[in-house]
Amino acid sequence: MTDVMADERLHLPGGHEGPASKRIVTGYGFWIFLLSDMVMFSCFFAAYAVLSGQTAGGPKGSEIFDLRNVAIETGCLLLSSFACGLAAIAAGVRNETWFQIAMAVTCILGLAFLAIEFNEFASLVARGAGPSRSAFLSAFFALVGCHGLHVSAGILWLLTMMAQVFAKGFRADILRRFLCFALFWHALDIIWVAVFSVVYLLGSTS
Amino acid sequence: MSEHQIDDWQHHADVAPGDEEEFSVGKALAGYVVGLALAVLLTATSFFIASTDLVWQPSIPVAIIVLAIAQMGVHLVFFLHITTGPDNTNNVLALAFGLLIVFLVITGSLWIMSHLNQNMMPMDQIMQMQR
Repeated sequence: MTDVMADERLHLPGGHEGPASKRIVTGYGFWIFLLSDMVMFSCFFAAYAVLSGQTAGGPKGSEIFDLRNVAIETGCLLLSSFACGLAAIAAGVRNETWFQIAMAVTCILGLAFLAIEFNEFASLVARGAGPSRSAFLSAFFALVGCHGLHVSAGILWLLTMMAQVFAKGFRADILRRFLCFALFWHALDIIWVAVFSVVYLLGSTS
Repeated sequence: MSEHQIDDWQHHADVAPGDEEEFSVGKALAGYVVGLALAVLLTATSFFIASTDLVWQPSIPVAIIVLAIAQMGVHLVFFLHITTGPDNTNNVLALAFGLLIVFLVITGSLWIMSHLNQNMMPMDQIMQMQR
């Protein structure tokens, strides 16, 4: 990554530094967006925490959560985050073959996660435990579904990045987009850590 | 302007979140492997604790939350490369502000709603007053 980073920054006379390079500005701006996304998720978490006991006579969390599925989902997301890191390394050394392989693995693991989550939602709705059953289930579907939507959007972005690198190569602007994508994908993993801990593990113990 | 001065400035330049200070394949790969290993370890521990009887039961929620926070820290450092180095100050400050808001939203909601719940008239009495 050295030749992108080193250094578009201007060295002005008098020892003052010029404006930061575009890569730093873009990454920082996207970091701020990610933080605001986490603030939005914290609202969903707060709603879930307040409503998690309001089951209105419907099923409790411990009755509907299957921890084995959640563990597999967690494994998929963790490994896809790792594969995304490998893609970042491949992009750093401009190796397109390894970049595309790592991105494809990231994509497959992400899709596996989505498939398991979709199955879980479908079986809950089929058992009459849909989002309209109780305040607890509304908050559950809103929070976990919102994370699932983010993952879906991330996969569309991932495919776009694969196509753009294939068509245009490792241009500086494409690499900036990939930097943002990698941040987004890792941030989704952080939110999933909160989801499986607060929703599934705490929900199944109480 | 000497070579040394230029080196000095580049050393103190900011980095974008997600970028590392110096890039080498071996170091970068080692970072991701260590991050993955720590994350798997923490995840496995919290799943184990949630479904075991070996641990004192009332301590389980606290343990799960502590493990989750630790794992988020691991992800931030090893995957997003948000560190406490001098070139990362802006990223860390933004993170600190984000955490403040997240903390206020979650604890504030829980605090206020639990008090409302305690002090509110039971629902059937409210319904009677409306008749």
